[in-house]
Amino acid sequence: MVTNTAGDRDLTLWIGTKKGAFRLSAGRGRNGFELDGPEFLGHIIHHVVADPRDDRQLLAAAKTGHLGPTVFRSEDGGRNWLEASQPPAFAAPKDGRKADAVDVVYWLTPGHASEAGVWYAGTSPEGLFRSEDGGANWAPVAGWNDHPSWIEWTGDGERANPGGSPLHSILVDPRDAQHLYFATSSGGVFESLDAGANWSLLNDGMMADFLPDPHPEYGYDPHCVIQHPAAPDVLYQQNHCGIYRMHRPEGRWERIGRNMPAEVGDIGFAIVSHPRDPDVAWVFPMDGTDVWPRTPPGHRPAVYRTLDAGGSWQRLDRGLPERAWYTVYRQAMANDDGDPVGVYFGTTCGEVWASFDEGEHWQCLAAHLPDIYSVEVAEARP
Amino acid sequence: MNVGIPSVLASYTGGARRVAAEGDSVAALLADLDRQFPGLRFRMVDERGRLRRHVRVFVNGEAIRDLDVAVREADDVQILQALSGG
Repeated sequence: MVTNTAGDRDLTLWIGTKKGAFRLSAGRGRNGFELDGPEFLGHIIHHVVADPRDDRQLLAAAKTGHLGPTVFRSEDGGRNWLEASQPPAFAAPKDGRKADAVDVVYWLTPGHASEAGVWYAGTSPEGLFRSEDGGANWAPVAGWNDHPSWIEWTGDGERANPGGSPLHSILVDPRDAQHLYFATSSGGVFESLDAGANWSLLNDGMMADFLPDPHPEYGYDPHCVIQHPAAPDVLYQQNHCGIYRMHRPEGRWERIGRNMPAEVGDIGFAIVSHPRDPDVAWVFPMDGTDVWPRTPPGHRPAVYRTLDAGGSWQRLDRGLPERAWYTVYRQAMANDDGDPVGVYFGTTCGEVWASFDEGEHWQCLAAHLPDIYSVEVAEARP
Repeated sequence: MNVGIPSVLASYTGGARRVAAEGDSVAALLADLDRQFPGLRFRMVDERGRLRRHVRVFVNGEAIRDLDVAVREADDVQILQALSGG
């Protein structure tokens, strides 16, 4: 996601970590990155996102080890922060359903360009929330949180993975504010055509090879879903079971990860796409064999890139260490709008890596940060 | 009465570790604290009305989980945190 940032820096990376939020900002030409922070030292920051509709607005999803989840917002580019007056919280249950409580605010997505001040938040357990005032007050999206199939589709905690049950990858179609997608890690991909009032499954073609029937109606584990900004009918997905691409009018996921080298596989968390070319995407493969180490396959970290919509993949590891055992989480990979495109990722070892030539060469921008949960790019408007 | 505030919530009370609050139950005390220090209650009590996992409330040295427990002016109420790990 590429957004704008206030101040005299041309490009900012907002980094959410286990112990706070950090900012890496660069001047013209993506030179001279400087590290600032942490903001919220000691808080668990899952996501920091700048508002593409207003240079100065930022939201941060936070909790601490002791305290409940909340959202902080800044109206001055991150200099000062205010806590949400009404953070995301489930409404009282209906129809005898057990009461839920938000454990983590996990994901933040700005609303449509035509809807100033609208934001969406995804939580664990799988809640969807909407703010219409720049993140100050959050209301449940009842069409999802109270959906009659919510228990069935989410597993109601029974299918929670080790990191919880996050609702993530909230996507707002740039052509239509009413058209939304999101994914859950124990259900699949969901789509709404009416701003969240009704939801349907979008799981055709996906695989869940950890289930007796690998093609159930629901029960999939998408790790990250993205919508191409310039070709919004193109969706990419990094799943627990492979890399997929969908041309939405066809409505079927195609497992393009089958074209990855067999010894690397197509398991991972993150995926990003080229801002202009819908055939180009980058992933960071993880070891999904035996007990799922979720470290680079063969302990050799590399980004893989496709230039032909997943027909083939190139290994891109120049500058990366020969051996590493870190993980790159689903929110911890990002790209900018530059030409050539800049690609970034953060690791659980607290390193931020960048490539300013679309993945050909990599350099470390920062090290020794806490475990990195998210990396988001904010670019100044020309 | 005075209520003891843990360090993790002191950002809401302007750094004060003891604050005055009114109420005839723990729930009422927390509601009053939230009126004075907006946002404090939700960080320690979830939307089901349950104390969050790592938050403890002691009344006269006794841990309580039921927020309807009655309190009187002379009672000592302490909010504490309990978390270990990295």
